[in-house]
Formats: sequence, C-alpha cells, structure tokens
Amino acid sequence: MKNRKLLSLLLPVAAITSFILFNACKDGGPTTNKETPTATTPIAGGGAGLKLPSGFSAAVIAEKLGGTREIAVTQQGNIYVKLSRAKNGKGILFLQQEGDKATVKNSFGTFGGTGVFVKNGYLYASSDEEVFRFKLNDKNEVINPDQPEKIVTGLISRREHEPKAITLDNDGNLYVNIGAYSNSCQVDDRKKGSPGRKGCPILDSAGGIWQFKADKLNQHYGDGVRYATGLRNVVGMDWNQQNNQLFVMQHGRDQLHDLYPDLYTVQQSAILPAECMYALKKGDNAGWPYMYYDQEQHKKILAPEYGGDGKKEGGQDAIDPVAAFPGHLAPNGLLFYTGDQFPEKYKNGAFIAFHGSWNRAPEPQAGYFVVFQPFKDGKPAGEWEIFADGFSGSAANTASGRAEHRPCGLAQGPDGSLYVTDDSQGTIYKITYKK
Amino acid sequence: MHLKKYALLLLALVLSTAALQAQTKHKTIKKGAAIGLKTSMNAGQKVFSQYCVSCHQADALGVPHMNPPLVKTTYVLGDKTKLIKIVLNGFNEDVEINGETYSNSMPSHDFLKDQEIADVLTFVRNSFGNKASAVTMAQVKTVRATNKK
Ligand code: HEC
Repeated sequence: MKNRKLLSLLLPVAAITSFILFNACKDGGPTTNKETPTATTPIAGGGAGLKLPSGFSAAVIAEKLGGTREIAVTQQGNIYVKLSRAKNGKGILFLQQEGDKATVKNSFGTFGGTGVFVKNGYLYASSDEEVFRFKLNDKNEVINPDQPEKIVTGLISRREHEPKAITLDNDGNLYVNIGAYSNSCQVDDRKKGSPGRKGCPILDSAGGIWQFKADKLNQHYGDGVRYATGLRNVVGMDWNQQNNQLFVMQHGRDQLHDLYPDLYTVQQSAILPAECMYALKKGDNAGWPYMYYDQEQHKKILAPEYGGDGKKEGGQDAIDPVAAFPGHLAPNGLLFYTGDQFPEKYKNGAFIAFHGSWNRAPEPQAGYFVVFQPFKDGKPAGEWEIFADGFSGSAANTASGRAEHRPCGLAQGPDGSLYVTDDSQGTIYKITYKK
Repeated sequence: MHLKKYALLLLALVLSTAALQAQTKHKTIKKGAAIGLKTSMNAGQKVFSQYCVSCHQADALGVPHMNPPLVKTTYVLGDKTKLIKIVLNGFNEDVEINGETYSNSMPSHDFLKDQEIADVLTFVRNSFGNKASAVTMAQVKTVRATNKK
C-alpha cells in the first residue's frame, strides 16, 4: 500500500522532471548527449493530436484496426496493412480512401506478421516464419486472396525478435530480416553473469538480412544468401533508389546496466547503445553480438559479454553505422521520401518511425515519434530532427512508457503523402503538406 | 470538579495500561510478523528495482506483447512453488498471461539468495494492487533444493 502510494507520487514527479529536462535541452545549449535534436521542433496543432512542422497536417484516416504493423500504399492510393495477429482469421487488411477516411474493403491472409510490400504486380507479406505473395491485377488489387504463393518458408522464430521485415530491390530480390533470438548471445540469454558465446552460433541462421529470389517458390535457408550479418534485429528497412542500396535500422542491445551494474550506470544504460542506421553491401558485418556502437564516444565498443568495459574498442571487422540515434527508441519503420508534395529538404531523406522505448526503466522512457534524417547524395547529412511527435498522448505517458499510440510502419502515397501506422491501437495517420 | 476530572483520567490510564499489558503477549507475535513483512517488503523493493524493473516496469504493468504485467496474474497470486520456480529457472513458454501472449525471455535469477527471492516475491505479491501471503526464505530454500529445471 505504502509502496503504491510512493510510486503514484513518484511517477508524476519523474514525468515532470523528465519533461523539464527534455525542454531544457530543447531550449538550446549544447546537446552533448544528442538525446534531443537541435533542428526545428514540431509544433502543436498538426491535427490528429500530433505535433508537426508548420505547413504539415495529420489526419486519422482509420482506427481500431488491430495491431497494424507495416503498410503499403498502391499507385491507386489503396492501402494494404499487416496485422501482428490475425483478426477473425485474417492478417492483411485492404483499405480504400474516400476524403479523409479509409475503409476496410477486404481482409485476407490467414497469418499474423509484420512485413507487407507491393512490387512488380505482387503483394508480398510475411508471417514470423514465412514470406508469401499475392498476384495483383492492373489496379493493384489482389486477385486470389485465398491462394498466396509461398516464397520463403522455415525461417527461425524463437520468442524473441520474431518479426520478419521485408523489402525488395529493383533486380528481383527479396530481403528478409531474421532477428537474433537473443539479446547479446550469452550462454543464458539475459542472465546476469552468463558469458557471451564464442563464435556466436545464432549468426548461422539469424541476426542478419537474408536475400531470396522474389519469384521463386518454397525457398529455404539454403536457397537464400546471408546478405549481411551481425545485425541483432531489424524492423525498419528500405531500398534507397538513389544509390541502389539497402538501408536498415538496427534495434541495439538491451540491459547494459542490469547485466553489468559495475560498468554502466542506470543513466548510461538508458541511452546506450545507439540505434544504428546501416547502409549495407553484400557480405557486410555490423558486429553484433561482439560490439555495440556508442553514439557519445562515436566508437564501436567491445561488448561486455566479450570482455568489454565500456571503453575498449571492438568490431574491427564491422562496418560503421551511417547514422546513430539514442538507445532503445526501437526504429520500426524506415522510408526514403521520394515524393514531390513535401518541401525540397525532405526529398530523398529518411523518415524513421520510432516505436518507443521500454528498456530505459527506471529512467523515463522516450521515443514514440517519427524522425526525419536529412540526406545528401545518398548519405545522411546534418542533424536528425523529430518530425511528428505526440503519439503517446502526453509527456507523462512518454516517460512512463504508457503511450497511447506507437508509430510502427511508414509508407508514401502516390501524391507524396506520408502514412504512419500505430500498432498499439490500430490507427493509420496520413500526413500532408500545404504551403 | 477539577479534581474529579483528573481522577477520571487517571482511572482511564490505569485501566488502559492494564488492558494493554494483558494483550501484549499475543500481540508481539503479530507485531513481529508485521515488522518482518515490512522489512521483507523494503528489501524486496530494492531487489525489484535492480533485477525486475527494466522488463516489468516501475508500475509492474509490463510491456505490451513483450514482458507481462505482474499485477493480479495467476502466476503472481497463485501457487508459490510455481512462482519461486519462475524466478529460479526463468520463464520462456508460449502461455497466455491474463489473456495475452508475450515473446521475450525471462532469464533465470538463480544467482539471487533465498532471502532475496523471498523478499522480491513478497514485495510483488503485496504491491501494485496485489494482495497475497508472504513468501519465506524457508519456502525458497525448499523449492531450490528440489528444483528440477
Ligand atoms: C529480461 C526481461 C525480464 C526480467 C529481467 C524479468 N522478467 Fe519476469 N518475465 C519476463 C517475460 C518475457 C515473461 C513471460 C515469459 C513467457 O511468456 O513465457 C516473464 C514472466 C514473469 C512471471 C510470470 C508471468 C506473470 O506475469 O505473472 C513472473 C511472476 C515474473 N516474470 C517475475 C519476475 C521477477 C520477480 C523478476 C525480477 C527478479 C523478473 N520477472 C525479471 C521478462 C523478464
């Protein structure tokens, strides 16, 4: 009873403190820890409860759909969205837009999952073990909703990092994330004192991006190529059309303080390691589990499970990230903006949907926003900034992690509008710009 | 008048101390248990904030689809042996917890001392709106001795 009282007293205090801190950082002064960006901050009144840069507005075009994960918008402006769990036995929703509303016209696909992508006359969608595709007609509508083709099967899914994010390139290849079923490849996952496994065996079949043929049926691991390894878990990924290259957002490891309280404070553990953006080439290694990227030291650091102390460098054979964001924000959506509707600075830059943290407790949680990372010539250029904020409902909700909405998937419409899903309440937001 | 009041007060005082003395005997046991619970709760809160909070969160409501709540679940309020085993062995099963499934692994905490496990479970069972009997060090000791993973 007493503890509950104490907690209910402390929570708002923590929330307010973090809010003040947050704002203090925003109001200038050097943002040494890069916890908050320096560029333009979004303003309230963007519509749909969101804060957006001026000129932008948001509308809720659909809500209460279920666990809406990734989203694809067709040339006709119709929407496919993947549900994490099948609802009434259907895991993919097809919506049509009319004015400011989108209505579910059809639902199909018996499997829950995360990935959905439209390319070359097919709708691709993933469960946590398989990838399917559905043939589309010339209006990009599914012809036979009950008869998907199985493209990939038998992928590992072991109660941790199971979602299989997908994307396609322009040469008939499908890329599938297979997340590591582990935090840092300890002998006993997440157990204090348990050492890291030498030659982490998980990497043979997970912890990387696999490449498959987009049009070959029933492919297994053996038919695919481990395109990039050393990636703990990726949900946000997109093909960059400018430099014809795969970009991914990694979810960095958890629990530095829990597992190594002598090496990391609670505060350090809340912001470390970075959530990294990688530009991948075939054969790349991003270094997990042996190292992590420290965005404050700007270094690849040897993981404590493998003899690190928070300072020793590691990952000599690993690539560097092209951009690094604060820890645990959980980047679930990545989209390169190629539309003409938004102002010039957004063209070819990256939008990233941060699902929001949980692994910062007892420090205040953070995230639950969509970030914009400017790009120049296919490379990140300049500071990232929060583009859309307010999904959580309040600063207190953000701090406690009890967010009302959690941004997850991103898609661009044919007119250059930006679509954002929320997998907590099943909301679809549409963000538009008017001069 | 004044004196009468004084006498009355004195009488009340004498009476009440007598009554109190008569009660002390069986009250000490109860009081001892209450102090024990309080000590265990305080110690348990420390263990909780060091080893459980990052996953189950400060309000013990967990993280949707990842880490389950520790509020009024059948595991928290139910069979103590089962509960102690969750902490000793960890928990990684496809089960529904209050109607939801969770996918993350709960690690073994067998490195905690018997007393620490007793304390943290007593704390959890009597916080966040939960109300259930305390878990004792002896109970943890027994479960650990016969624990089959
Ligand atoms: C790394 C994250 C993590 C940590 C640390 C952790 N847990 Fe868990 N816990 C979980 C997960 C995930 C489950 C559910 C596993 C499943 O569904 O099989 C769980 C399940 C439980 C359950 C049973 C289900 C329920 O919700 O009632 C109890 C009780 C529990 N944990 C208590 C604790 C206690 C006490 C501690 C600290 C000593 C702790 N946990 C530390 C992740 C964690």
